[in-house]
Amino acid sequence: MLRAAGPWRGCPGRAGVAGGDGGGNNEVQWCFLQVKGAIDEDVAEADIISTVEFNYTGDLLATGDKGGRVVIFQREQETKSRPVSRGEYNVYSTFQSHEPEFDYLKSLEIEEKINKIRWLPQQNAAHFLLSTNDKTIKLWKISERDKRAEGYNLKDEDGRLREPFRVTELRVPTLKPMDLMVEASPRRTFANAHTYHINSISVNSDYATYLSADDLRINLWHLEVTNRSFNIVDIKPANMEELTEVITAAEFHPHQCNVFVYSSSKGTIRLCDMRSSALSLCDQHSKFFEEPEDPSSRSFFSEIISSISDVKFSHSGRYMMTRDYLSVKVWDLNMENRPVETYQVHEYLRSKLCSLYENDCIFDKFECCWNGSDSTIMTGSYNNFFRTFERNTHRDTTLEASRESSKPRAILKPRKVCTTGKRKKDEITVDSLDFNKKILHTAWHPTDNIIAVAATNNLYLFQEKVN
Amino acid sequence: MSRKVELSLLLYGLLLSSMGEEEGLHQTQFLDTMFVRGLKRKCFDGEEDIEGTLAGIKAIPSYNLQRQSLLDMSLVKLQLCHMLVEPNLCRSVLIANTVRQIQEEMTQDGTWQMINTQSTGQASLDRLVSTDILCRSSRDQAEGKHVPAYGTFNKDFESDQAQDSSETMSTASSVQAPRNLQSNVWEMENPQENKGNFQKSLDQIFETLENKSPNSVEDLFSEVDNSYYDLDTMLTGMMSNTKMGHCDNLETFSTPTNTASNSNCKSDLNDLDHIVEILVES
Repeated sequence: MLRAAGPWRGCPGRAGVAGGDGGGNNEVQWCFLQVKGAIDEDVAEADIISTVEFNYTGDLLATGDKGGRVVIFQREQETKSRPVSRGEYNVYSTFQSHEPEFDYLKSLEIEEKINKIRWLPQQNAAHFLLSTNDKTIKLWKISERDKRAEGYNLKDEDGRLREPFRVTELRVPTLKPMDLMVEASPRRTFANAHTYHINSISVNSDYATYLSADDLRINLWHLEVTNRSFNIVDIKPANMEELTEVITAAEFHPHQCNVFVYSSSKGTIRLCDMRSSALSLCDQHSKFFEEPEDPSSRSFFSEIISSISDVKFSHSGRYMMTRDYLSVKVWDLNMENRPVETYQVHEYLRSKLCSLYENDCIFDKFECCWNGSDSTIMTGSYNNFFRTFERNTHRDTTLEASRESSKPRAILKPRKVCTTGKRKKDEITVDSLDFNKKILHTAWHPTDNIIAVAATNNLYLFQEKVN
Repeated sequence: MSRKVELSLLLYGLLLSSMGEEEGLHQTQFLDTMFVRGLKRKCFDGEEDIEGTLAGIKAIPSYNLQRQSLLDMSLVKLQLCHMLVEPNLCRSVLIANTVRQIQEEMTQDGTWQMINTQSTGQASLDRLVSTDILCRSSRDQAEGKHVPAYGTFNKDFESDQAQDSSETMSTASSVQAPRNLQSNVWEMENPQENKGNFQKSLDQIFETLENKSPNSVEDLFSEVDNSYYDLDTMLTGMMSNTKMGHCDNLETFSTPTNTASNSNCKSDLNDLDHIVEILVES
């Protein structure tokens, strides 16, 4: 459902985008591509996927889980022998990014759960990504090795050191081909800069700096420097008793390297320009985005459901999207007093807020994402449902990530939640929704219509149906 | 207390005691119905809504009862955020704001005063608002520290009401929840400590979150028994913490395929890396 709050503005769209809506307004049909992960009913907590991110070209897809592991999938190159128009994603690299730690000063565990992964644009043969848990950010280098050196002078083939007196002649080691090996090595560790839990990292468009945001502070880092970071936002009150608002997400503008935004638990977004003051502390901001509250729908849960769980700039940089508990809003950066578009994700939950508060589901942090041309947005819901909203046509679709509809190239059937008394065939009632099956993390390929949807411990990949 | 309100309370009590057995929304759909009606801020007029059918008892608790139950739930949630892992600050702040909002409204209503007079003087069970009892470190108790009254919260209220509200809260007993639910949580309750300064409780929660005193968390846990965690599991529906080995899952993934290195640039750089490694003999 769409409730346009202002004059609709078409998004310019990127030139040369492959796939997508095509020339006309044909609805995108999704089909199943792949599913990754164990099939067991018993889900190990460590396997729960906590973040999903495509790289800049879409050839690599990274996932992080609660056990601190990162798994990277690579899209298969289409070869002449297999003229399949779609490329599958297969495991490229797996590594343990973060380990559980213990903070001795506070007597608390630090979870190894990967909160966010962000790729760096590729500048040489290797790939780089940033991964973060609650406290520490790491820069990982993923490189391929398909040759190995043989014929060392001081070492045997086994690697054992030779006795020096046995070396009677010198030889130059030669490179021999070997099976492809993908190695991940930690290149930088950015630690000890966050007292509170890191919720966001964002790489700047200068590709040299990045920001990390926790509940109360945002720090600016240089990728080469690990022992120093600059604090650019600090909303911690002098007296912690007065704390009523926290930072929930932050992101750099995709083109303007001096601009970033951060969202709060009170449903506000602040846009900051780093040029405006050398030290931006205590919510100095250039722009302040907030939608006035609708007094007729006010309840004790109003503030909680207005808390923004994710903020994402459009690829064009003209808009940004925010996700709160029940809706997704698109904002024009030039209009601060209200969003230009609002999409209801699961309005039928509004009458269930007390139950959702009681079982803590109301605190679930859903993410959202744009497609490559900024014409469609996607976000997750419960019962393994996820929703797409086409901004041009105002069409919305509810789809389900389930094993049942996981046959190769099977077209996903749209789902519908019954909100009235009479349930039609194939509809599902609100009470029978499974609130343990939540889709919090989704990602859209930067150029093609391929989406990755994380359903607890499984990663589903869907692709646009091609005729 | 009127007969109707007593029936409502009984029903609510039964509801609470059955909460642990079911998952999903069913057990609090009843509360949801209440809250749909109670969404709009109503003027307090002392009347209950008697409407709807529920197991033959035609009584839906009043807005005040709805509000009180939300307050109780929120306070329990704030308690349960003292875990081994540092609690989620965003969640704690949102719950605390909800509690403040309710309290503010109740004070403006004058409800606190009313509830105080209606109190039947039931045992300390009912002091659901006395969160300081669990939050307070035993170290403080031992030293008999004088806890200063916190004035910052009062800035939201009329100044006259401030003192009254913080004092009456400690003896508020509007909801008489069943023992079996509460006794687990409040087992370590010290009946002597009923200053019940509500704001102080919130502050202690935030202080603990800040962890100014490294021992505070240990002290919190020193007197808690296992049933504390059962309640937590029940209310927040946490999944089990068993961790599987990595190997089982990796086997389900296909092995990496041999992709031929198809760019000269790539191979050159790899060669360079390898040559450097050879030279260093690393």
